[in-house]
Amino acid sequence: MQAKQYIGESWKHGILIIGAILVLLPFYMMVSMSLKSQQEIQSISGGLIGAQEVQTFPVCVKTGYSEETCTTKPYIYNYWFAFEKAPIPRYLMNGVIVTLSIFIIQVLVALPCAYALAKLRFYGREFVFSMVLFCLLIPVHGIALPLYVMLAQAGLVDTYSALILPWTISVFGIFLMRQFFMTVPDELIDAARMDGMGEYSIVWKVMLPTAIPALLAFAIFSVVAHWNDYFWPRMVITGNRDLFTPPLGIREFRGGIDSDEFGPMMASIVTVTVPLIVAFIIAQKRFIEGITLTGMK
Amino acid sequence: MGTISLKNISKSFGSTEVLKDLSVDIKDGEFLTLVGPSGCGKSTLLRIIAGLEQQTSGDVLIDNKNVNKIRASERDLAMVFQSYALYPHLSVRRNLETPLRLRDYNSFERLPLIGNLSPNKKQKTESINQLVSKTSETLKISELLDRKPGQLSGGQRQRVALGRAMVREPVAFLMDEPLSNLDAALRVHMRSELSELHSSLKTTFVYVTHDQAEALTMSSRMAVMIDGNLLQLDTPQEVYDNPSSLSVAQFVGSPKINIFKGSSDSSGTVNLLNLNLKRKSSETNLELNIGIRPEHLEISNQSDEDTFSAKVSYRENLGSDIFFHVNTEDGMNRIIVRGIPQLTHEISNGSTVNIKRAPNKALLFNQEGKRVQFNNA
Repeated sequence: MQAKQYIGESWKHGILIIGAILVLLPFYMMVSMSLKSQQEIQSISGGLIGAQEVQTFPVCVKTGYSEETCTTKPYIYNYWFAFEKAPIPRYLMNGVIVTLSIFIIQVLVALPCAYALAKLRFYGREFVFSMVLFCLLIPVHGIALPLYVMLAQAGLVDTYSALILPWTISVFGIFLMRQFFMTVPDELIDAARMDGMGEYSIVWKVMLPTAIPALLAFAIFSVVAHWNDYFWPRMVITGNRDLFTPPLGIREFRGGIDSDEFGPMMASIVTVTVPLIVAFIIAQKRFIEGITLTGMK
Repeated sequence: MGTISLKNISKSFGSTEVLKDLSVDIKDGEFLTLVGPSGCGKSTLLRIIAGLEQQTSGDVLIDNKNVNKIRASERDLAMVFQSYALYPHLSVRRNLETPLRLRDYNSFERLPLIGNLSPNKKQKTESINQLVSKTSETLKISELLDRKPGQLSGGQRQRVALGRAMVREPVAFLMDEPLSNLDAALRVHMRSELSELHSSLKTTFVYVTHDQAEALTMSSRMAVMIDGNLLQLDTPQEVYDNPSSLSVAQFVGSPKINIFKGSSDSSGTVNLLNLNLKRKSSETNLELNIGIRPEHLEISNQSDEDTFSAKVSYRENLGSDIFFHVNTEDGMNRIIVRGIPQLTHEISNGSTVNIKRAPNKALLFNQEGKRVQFNNA
């Protein structure tokens, strides 16, 4: 009986383990390649971290560094050279500025909208909400060109505004928060009104704190989408390297004389990915706290 | 002062009329209960008083001042909700402070950090702290002040919700079924506490409930509402003894009043089953509904002209009382009779008993449910 149970359980775990391996394999390759030397990468040898033999890297010498600086272990070289070749901290900072600005403005817009759509009674509310749903169906790429033209006319191409402005109104955010606000009891809002809060105070002092779990879910979607976005920055940032976001920065490692030097390229990708993973782990912990926060009855 | 007058209040949601031309005068310091079955519009009426809902027509006057155009927060009323509606993210202390902060601090003083620069803030904060500690002592929740609502039991949350209403010392308290989320024992206990609180605060209470027992036990006057109409407004005893209509009589009292079909003849003599009532009806030759409360019927040993016989179908033992559900011999009436346990413990399901009625207790209603009086003579 018990053995049978174990077999049934191991079945499930087997499938899950295979799925997990499939998902994690690219990450394994990424980390592994960021640590190994070019020869090891090309000959697919050396396991996870390679032999880490001290050697001189020709691309480095070609770029104009002294032979002494270019002679080191592969993992040091990969990361050092990635940071030498492209201003990665600058890109990361751009990424932080853009994603955080987008998220904050999205919240500033979406919360009052969602509150109005969920809790206020006004003529045409259902129509407005159906428009919000309709906007969910519009693919970003479909309106990219008109958006670009508008930004160009306004003279905003190659600025932070071009990266941020088009994303500040998130219909997905409005929809998600509206669905969450529907579950907040009306009595809580009435109590706040009796206590003397205005509608804006209610949004920020009552609805926002109760909506933290939903807000974190939205934050994960929003931040991941805009941190990883390659399409839009590629369109509106045409020349100014100071405005490059991390995905645009990675592109710097492609092409040119040293086109297939994968070590530093993978090292830069690791540096770009790690902040997101860390942020996600922190958010996940807060996520659970957020759920316990809503001790409503 | 805390008088509230409602003048000809009507309220419709779309085409459905929820309140129909209602007028009530609530006296200062009174415990007035709005009672009625669910959906009768009592909560809507309370929300109109609070200013959370706008009436379709009519006036609300608080202390003789028309407040139709005044916002909920400026009416100086406090409300206790069924779900307590405490701010889940704030500690009990902050929950109690919130209404005071919003009332006492101006918008500059409410700002974080720089708000502390205001010269008056310190003094105001002190008075707020005093009020909060005074209230929490009254309600015995001082030791809960640093907890979050999620960590409290139902009864404790109920107290905190009361506290949040009390700190502001409003002209009147509005309560929307505040006890219905509590378990039965706690509900009975909180009834007496609320009554004590009312007599010590001497403030007007307007209390909404669907539970007629709460209305009977706590209120100084009760307003019975059914289908958006105010049917009767009187002291609980008067409503119980002297209901103005059949629906009020049926709603108030547990177990429900027994209704017999009967009629009055040309001399006004009322006839039901095999009995004639001693008192004469003021209206003659009429089909009547005769109401007799379960405690006005008793199980008797002898059979005489004042008794009728019936068969026990169900015996409901409550310890202090036993209620017998019986069917009359003609099979037309299923009625409930109260029995005293010492005298009736031998009676079991299926046995036939004689039922005697207490004199001068029957209530007459015509076919429309309107009360029909007896002749005084």
